[in-house]
Amino acid sequence: MNIRAQVSSVFHLDKCIGCHTCSIACKNIWTDRKGAEYMWWNNVETKPGTGYPTKWEDQKQYKGGWEKAGSDLQLKMGNKSALLGRIFHNPDLPTMDDYYEPFTFKYQDLTNAPAGDDQPTARPVSMVSGKPMKIEAGPNWDDDLSGSNIYAANDPGVVQLSEEEQQQMFAIEKMVMFYLPRICNHCLNAGCVAGCPSGAIYKRGEDGIVLISQDKCRGWRMCVSACPYKKTYYGWSTGKSEKCILCYPRQEAGEAPGCFHSCVGRIRYLGVLLYDADRIEAVAKLEDKELAAAQREMILDPFDPEVIAAAKKAGIATAVMDAARKSPTYKFVKEWGIALPLHPEFRTLPMLFYVPPLLPILSKEQQGVQKLADDFFTSLEQARLPLKYLAGLFAGGNEEEIKAVYRKLIAVRIQRRNVTVGDLDNAEVDKAREIAGLSTETIEAIFRMTSLTSIKQRIVIPPMLREQAIEAGMDPEAYKQEMGFGSRKAPKRRW
Amino acid sequence: MIDMILFGVFPYVAVALAVAVGIYRYCFDRYSYSSQSSQFLESRALFWGSVPWHYAILLVLLAHLLAFLFPAAWGTLLGAPGRLYLLEVSGMVLGVVTCIAMLVLIFRRAANDRVSAVTTRVDWLLLVALLVQVATGVFIAISMRWGGFWYVHTVSPWLWSLVSFSPNVDYLASMPFVVKLHAVNAFFLVALFPFSRLVHVVSIPLAYIARPYQLVVWYRQRKQV
Repeated sequence: MNIRAQVSSVFHLDKCIGCHTCSIACKNIWTDRKGAEYMWWNNVETKPGTGYPTKWEDQKQYKGGWEKAGSDLQLKMGNKSALLGRIFHNPDLPTMDDYYEPFTFKYQDLTNAPAGDDQPTARPVSMVSGKPMKIEAGPNWDDDLSGSNIYAANDPGVVQLSEEEQQQMFAIEKMVMFYLPRICNHCLNAGCVAGCPSGAIYKRGEDGIVLISQDKCRGWRMCVSACPYKKTYYGWSTGKSEKCILCYPRQEAGEAPGCFHSCVGRIRYLGVLLYDADRIEAVAKLEDKELAAAQREMILDPFDPEVIAAAKKAGIATAVMDAARKSPTYKFVKEWGIALPLHPEFRTLPMLFYVPPLLPILSKEQQGVQKLADDFFTSLEQARLPLKYLAGLFAGGNEEEIKAVYRKLIAVRIQRRNVTVGDLDNAEVDKAREIAGLSTETIEAIFRMTSLTSIKQRIVIPPMLREQAIEAGMDPEAYKQEMGFGSRKAPKRRW
Repeated sequence: MIDMILFGVFPYVAVALAVAVGIYRYCFDRYSYSSQSSQFLESRALFWGSVPWHYAILLVLLAHLLAFLFPAAWGTLLGAPGRLYLLEVSGMVLGVVTCIAMLVLIFRRAANDRVSAVTTRVDWLLLVALLVQVATGVFIAISMRWGGFWYVHTVSPWLWSLVSFSPNVDYLASMPFVVKLHAVNAFFLVALFPFSRLVHVVSIPLAYIARPYQLVVWYRQRKQV
């Protein structure tokens, strides 16, 4: 057993209101500079929808993630030599048009234009070339446009549904959408790490954060293609790839990552998960439908004495183990089993999990009165979003995974309704609990963690133990008042 | 005198610059080592320029290198007319390919607004120097047959005289102008290497083949805590 700790996240989609505060926080901290304008390390997509970059989920087009080649696992882009052979031109690289061309407006024309009969206008200009341009896409261009026949109808997850299911989704009175906030998944079997010819991308051993060494990156841009989530971005001005760093400088100072801290809906949970690194390869080779469950299986119990002993042997600090025992992600993913990975079939073992949005019809209007649905568990199958669609997103097509989560979420709602409104039969509450397989206490715990937690309970940052890091051997006084913040040079082209 | 400067002194200056500035840049500004790819901004024309350019120029350079390192073996290789024609004709074809590809790349940089926005003056200097190099190369190959032969008796000994620090510029001094231009421009490119995006040629990521897919870096000693 090779135990490692991973800072992982859970996003509770029922709570996401699609306000994009996370995206703005991230943009203001990290990507508000030349060459990074188009990058959204954190973005929020409307689902069903085509996302950012357009149709990123369609790996027939982008060739991201892994596939099984016989008994081996290889990148969908091809094996290592095939990948090097395409180093001079990468056929699977999305271009700026797949994201959008960043633009601004010539605001000065509004005040500087000579007096005349026409109202002065601020024309849009490209932030790349500085020339006037026609805006055809922008950040979050298809926000709230689910149900449209341009965006939602082209969602790769929708396209694979049957005609009838698509009809069901787009019947106007049933029209539905939800938000999918996305950051880097800091995967266990990361495609970007595996695809980097320079070996510039690596996973931090202590906390599992995946980073790109800016000094080692040579701009071969294979990571952009290899990441199935398209969460590495090529800096067109600097010639370096960049990605979400899970705000490790903030975490090392004990602060929540920017997007977590700013989340208005408080949908984001962060905590340590322990896993067995020896099992990564075996799990990544399983069948699509087994992946979500297998990933849950490989997460280890931080309360198990055997695990604690093995973790000690592997050099995981006791303080990190304490954090692992308080981890809300452990509860959501493993203990309660209500958070699922996004697109596990890409086989990167993503460590960002989602509580799927609860969208079955729970109540109906009858003669002006809101009535609960007759049978919650047949209504599951009549969910407004087909289970097949959600299973395609969060469970590699395994509808049983989604059903299991929904039964639990519904049981939580029924029990809470019984507590707060008290208009239900106890028998009905017991039945829901029984079908979900949850105890009253567990349901109460899920409810509290979902709605009544403070930031310290939602976001449990393990101590990063910088005092033990290699860099601590460097004399901080040597750079004092000399290099400013850190000792790196400005990220721009100099030669 | 001018011959001495161009063929006896300048090559040393160029190589010294390449090594010294190259190492300086690697040590003190490693961040700047990048291919500066513009494929993200424009992909189609790059395919038709970059792919043929790189593969053709690598083969052409390989032939130059082999003829310089092993002149005797190269001379024997070209001894039979069949092999001579095969090598010379493939060399010419590859040369023409590099010329066309470089024209595509130059046109792309000039015509595409996005790509020209990320093009610096040094980039233009490099592109023009590369075009001059491949154009003179093709001209020499076609008009002065057979280059493969006389290279081993003129250029190769000249380069070896440079390597042994006893430069003999007579080999080059008697050559036609276009050959001199080709030789001087070659060392100009060597001199330009550390100052331009050409630094990416030393970043050949062959280690990728042998390394494991996943990389994990530990920031502290893995010891009992």
